[in-house]
Amino acid sequence: MTLQLDAVPAAAAPPAAGTVTRASRSRPKSGLPLRPASAISLGVVVTWMSLVVLIPLAAVAATALDGGWNAFVDGITQPATAAALRLTIGLSIVVALINAAMGTLVAWVLVRGRFLGASIFEMVIDIPFALPTIVAGLVMLALYGGDSPIGITVVGTRTGLLVTLLFVTLPFTVRTVQPVLTDIGQDVEEAAASLGARPFAVFRRITLPQILPAVASGTVLSFARAIGEYGSVVLISSNLPFRTEIASSVIYGKLQDADQAARSTQQAAAIATILLVVSALVLILLGVIGRRTARHA
Amino acid sequence: MPDTVASPASRLHRPRPGPRVTRTTRILRGIAVVYVGLLVVLPVVVILYRTFKPGFGDFLEALTSPQSVHAFEMTAIVASSAVVINTIFGITVAILFARYRFWGRSLLSALVDLPVAVSPIVVGLALVLVFGPTGWFGPFLQHHGVTVIGAKPGMIIATVFVSVPLVARAVVPVLEVSGTEQEHAAASLGANPLTQLRRITLPTIRVALTYGVVLSVAHCIGEYGAVLVVSNNIEGQTETAPLRVGNLVENELNYNAAYAITVVLILIAFAAILVSSRIRRRTTQ
Repeated sequence: MTLQLDAVPAAAAPPAAGTVTRASRSRPKSGLPLRPASAISLGVVVTWMSLVVLIPLAAVAATALDGGWNAFVDGITQPATAAALRLTIGLSIVVALINAAMGTLVAWVLVRGRFLGASIFEMVIDIPFALPTIVAGLVMLALYGGDSPIGITVVGTRTGLLVTLLFVTLPFTVRTVQPVLTDIGQDVEEAAASLGARPFAVFRRITLPQILPAVASGTVLSFARAIGEYGSVVLISSNLPFRTEIASSVIYGKLQDADQAARSTQQAAAIATILLVVSALVLILLGVIGRRTARHA
Repeated sequence: MPDTVASPASRLHRPRPGPRVTRTTRILRGIAVVYVGLLVVLPVVVILYRTFKPGFGDFLEALTSPQSVHAFEMTAIVASSAVVINTIFGITVAILFARYRFWGRSLLSALVDLPVAVSPIVVGLALVLVFGPTGWFGPFLQHHGVTVIGAKPGMIIATVFVSVPLVARAVVPVLEVSGTEQEHAAASLGANPLTQLRRITLPTIRVALTYGVVLSVAHCIGEYGAVLVVSNNIEGQTETAPLRVGNLVENELNYNAAYAITVVLILIAFAAILVSSRIRRRTTQ
């Protein structure tokens, strides 16, 4: 049993699209020292990652602080920008919480018992991951747009943003909770039930404590994805300042501003820095959750 | 136990048939199916319906217009280059992570994971700030006649950025489980590193690698935000299929053509799901 739980962190973070894992924690501590050939490839990898990822991200932070601390603060406290940042973060929290509940439910349904169409249901869960973001956006627009075939129009509303974000983040919690539920099996749940525990008590006292770390990391992941989402929400949001404009849209808008290019770019970088800091915090939080799980096991 | 850790696949054990289906189970099942049905299935069905309502001829016409053909060509070039780069890079990183210990390994691991948590628009902005005409390396590159932003190199770099970890993360667990004995044996029999890679390492990771590459292909074909920023979105030049969808809706209000391209992209996504779920099922058995 101990062994099985040990494996949970690795299984809890499947290498699926968009899933952030901290592989370091599940890796054996030992390894070979570098040989010349592997040292060279490590050098190439580090150089490439620096060029493509690290230096560009550093450039964002540097540009954000170009005009000093005050310019940075000005950049993110302009009324429309501040409203967009608040909306983005607030909406992402709501999306993450709904996912925590519904994702866990869907995972539970997938794991406990077969039913007709289960394998199709299983594949449907992957659709939001596999669809390009702009396609997800147009799919939502075709259903909820101005000429909605079902008579529900949510273009330019926060409800529209919420539904779209729930669509694109659906798989995160499902796919992190599912393997853990599979691993813990049904035995203890059945034992509790046979001793007279009601279904809700079984879930709260037996199942939930075991899947909580996985639920937490799935929730954090969907929060991270919702914070940065652009392609899927741009069509349905109509980008109304103070109402439906999200942080990524503000950044893109600033980049299109040719009149005051330098100033707008600095402001765009300032907003981007806030999003980057949130991403970094998310990664740290995931690492902490992972380490906790490993220790308790 | 190893097979639980092993795989891109471990997450999909076939659920065992449950002992009995209670009323609570049925209700919860109903809620889950209705939720996913309304959220995912209904929109996809509606877009298929709306695409083919004007007729199949219109669908084909929209796809064969010169702009559409060009957009698909751009997507093919950019996505395939990015996937090749990611695959080579992913295998290298995975071997380094799984086999060697070196200073800064966990830092590098975090760096490889970071891109999926960054907003695509921020990715685009970051690359413009470095490779753009007024960016850090821009003037140097321009002096040597290399245009990155507003051209293919920038679009490929942006696509690589957003999909960096996919291949590596699929391969690392398999390499960790497989251990190094076979490589050692091969080495002691006189195989050079390249032979070891070709005859032992690659066959070991074949399935996981395929899985990572499929994910990577799907992701690279569909990238929108990052490519939007670095491509400057020039119609007929740097317009990829996803950008074309956005432009058709936002600028040209030509929904039917947008639906047509969208359906092609949806079919590609479905193919990716089918292939990857096949791979998962096979490795689980």
